[in-house]
Amino acid sequence: MTKKRSLLLALIFASGLVACGEKPAPAPKAAEPAKSAAPAPEAKAEAPAITDTLKKIADTGVIKIGHRDASIPFSYLDGDQKPVGYGVDICLKIADAVKAKLNKPDIKVEFVPVTSQTRIPILTGGNIDVECGSTTNSVKRQEQVSFAPTYFVTGTKIIVKKSSGIKGYDDLKGKTVVFTTGTTNERAMKAYNDEKKLDINFIPSKDHAESFLAVETGRAVAFPMDDILLYSLKASAKNPDDYVVIGDFLSDDPYAPMIRKGDPEFKKLVDGVLGDLYKSGEINKLYAKWFESKIPPKGINLNFPMSAGLKEAIKNPNDTGVGDCGKMKC
Amino acid sequence: MFTGFDFDVIQKSLPYLWQGMQFSLGLTLLAMLGGIVIGTLLALMRLSSFKLLSYPAGAYVNLVRSIPLILVIFWFYFLIPVLIKKLTGNPYASGIGPFYSALIAFTMFEAAYYCEIIRAGIQSVPRGQVSAAYALGLTYRQATTLVILPQAFRNMIPILLTTSIILFQDTSLVYVVGLTDFMGAAGKIARRDGRLVEMYLFAALVYFIICYSGSYFVKTLQARYNVGRN
Amino acid sequence: MDFSFLNQPAFSGGGVYLDWVISGLKWTLLVSILGWIIAFSVGSLLGILRTAPVAWLRVPATIYVELFRNVPLLVQMFIWYFVVPEIVPKAVGDWLKTQMPMPEFSNAVLCLGFYTASRVAEQVRSGIQSMPRGQTSAALAMGLTLPQTYRHVLLPMAYRIVIPPMTTEFLTIFKNSSVALTIGVLELTAQARQISEYTFRTFEIFTVATIIYALITLTVTFSMRWLENKTRVPGYVGGSSK
Repeated sequence: MTKKRSLLLALIFASGLVACGEKPAPAPKAAEPAKSAAPAPEAKAEAPAITDTLKKIADTGVIKIGHRDASIPFSYLDGDQKPVGYGVDICLKIADAVKAKLNKPDIKVEFVPVTSQTRIPILTGGNIDVECGSTTNSVKRQEQVSFAPTYFVTGTKIIVKKSSGIKGYDDLKGKTVVFTTGTTNERAMKAYNDEKKLDINFIPSKDHAESFLAVETGRAVAFPMDDILLYSLKASAKNPDDYVVIGDFLSDDPYAPMIRKGDPEFKKLVDGVLGDLYKSGEINKLYAKWFESKIPPKGINLNFPMSAGLKEAIKNPNDTGVGDCGKMKC
Repeated sequence: MFTGFDFDVIQKSLPYLWQGMQFSLGLTLLAMLGGIVIGTLLALMRLSSFKLLSYPAGAYVNLVRSIPLILVIFWFYFLIPVLIKKLTGNPYASGIGPFYSALIAFTMFEAAYYCEIIRAGIQSVPRGQVSAAYALGLTYRQATTLVILPQAFRNMIPILLTTSIILFQDTSLVYVVGLTDFMGAAGKIARRDGRLVEMYLFAALVYFIICYSGSYFVKTLQARYNVGRN
Repeated sequence: MDFSFLNQPAFSGGGVYLDWVISGLKWTLLVSILGWIIAFSVGSLLGILRTAPVAWLRVPATIYVELFRNVPLLVQMFIWYFVVPEIVPKAVGDWLKTQMPMPEFSNAVLCLGFYTASRVAEQVRSGIQSMPRGQTSAALAMGLTLPQTYRHVLLPMAYRIVIPPMTTEFLTIFKNSSVALTIGVLELTAQARQISEYTFRTFEIFTVATIIYALITLTVTFSMRWLENKTRVPGYVGGSSK
């Protein structure tokens, strides 16, 4: 074969390859008739980072909410595997406010599953617009993302089996502890371990249900997590009475909806939604629905009255983050 | 041994598992098609006598083939949005969604593997066929698309299909980014209801049936093709 | 790109982030190599059995290969780790979960080893079957027993022929070792993820991990090519794989 011809053809193929490397978005869009009806987003903006979430939602016709699988009762899957929870309800309120603000009631709400590990990159990457789960507002995370006002206040404790005889953190010396990767609790526990030289053997896991399972099956003796999540895991366990949540708070963890950084307009809207919920007292109804009533899928009641910390956060809404190492220095 | 084995939990979650299966099958089929198309381009580039084409293609294929799929999934899942944004200047292109992110990751990963199969397939076509095609006055494009590729693909079909069955198995790895494919759906129910034994064994059974029938089909196909050749 | 974060003190454990990378590499290599020892020995045995002239040896080996080849590695990993301890007698299960040294690591090695064995078996089988039938007939005619025929005639050739596909299988187990992260082994990919979480240097740390994997793959490929040339039997052109 002649060199020239092969060169030419290969060049054509190569440019084709580059083209399909560049624009994977349009093809999938065309495959989805429902979406192609929405106005096509054109490449007009020069700024690479998304700093105008409202415009993004208006252009694409979709608001994307990140949800968790097993952060009960904040954001989890119910009996029909639909995302529900206290946080999900609040995110839906935010979606309603966006629709009202843009005057576009037909904006679609899309739920995207995230994990402790993926939530931040997915948010900054633009695959979700807001996450209302069990995400602690930490100073470290504020380098990457922004937070709306605190909507729940909790902190790190551990869950153990009653039969294990563990009474406090120092009993964990040399034992195996499971943690969910990417959580603030992981950091608080590790900082405590380093400080007290407990020589704990850590095993990582992907989500809270899996971590709790490690305690349930005896692979690990303890699981450090925000106490509210531990109580809900305990309540949903096969034999709730086998477990006990112990310890003083290793860290303070204020939860808040997470949004992209550097987007003051969207932050103002989200802040406003929470502010209204707090001022009108509607938050109390929402709280009672998820923390003091029977919740899906199993109809358990967490019976978890509102803490002083949360009452304070509702009275004076704030988006102050916490440090990275719990109550330890680092 | 199977005391308390609860088949009910499987039955109740069948619709959700089916949704997951659709995700797995859709991902497999689209990644297979995309992978074969891009793999063919890569193979033609690698076989090109022009180094500017053959070297980058070779480097890409060798690099991708030397790293774990999970790492590739992480690369694409977290960094493709950034890359697309930079390349196209379209700030929303990043919101392509988890399915398409996974699809791009698998397509680009599998393309490297398909490329090597296709390259070997193209090389297995006797030189004489190429010479004959040129002697008849066909252009490079005509010779490639009308003479070489049809024969090459005919030889390659069984191994391309076998690779695709492995691709189907590999799609379960989207677990690492929390997506709900068949295995993801099974795992989510397993952990929520504390029914790991049932769900994981059921998942294994389903995968086995699909993959075994798939490879059985490939074997029959191979036998049929071989008859004509020998 | 700025790689200076590798030299910064790590969040926990006392070292710097580079130590996390090295520790991840160590586990990746340990899982791969120990898994490979299982895969190679079990796989060879199965591969030989699959060419046996009697059905009661051949059939179980075939069932093993089909079973392990047609279930995704991830599912097998979960079955070893989550399911096996629950369906064996309780005492054994408890031992597996609590007493077994480094349960995640051991499970990963066993899982990868037995999974890869099915693939190795196929390579060994096709190596043996690629030998001309005349070789077996001649060996038997000379009065060698069947085991002797395998030991002195078939296997020495078959193993040379399958060096290239075996290299591929070793590299496959090496890359598949990253699946061990799903049950909590902090191997190289898991460490890369963890470091990216702590430092937000996702691009840089993934680049580091990619380069390490690529370098090891290159090293293995080239040393096996050297071995292949060393052991080549004159008159035979490489092995035909797959």
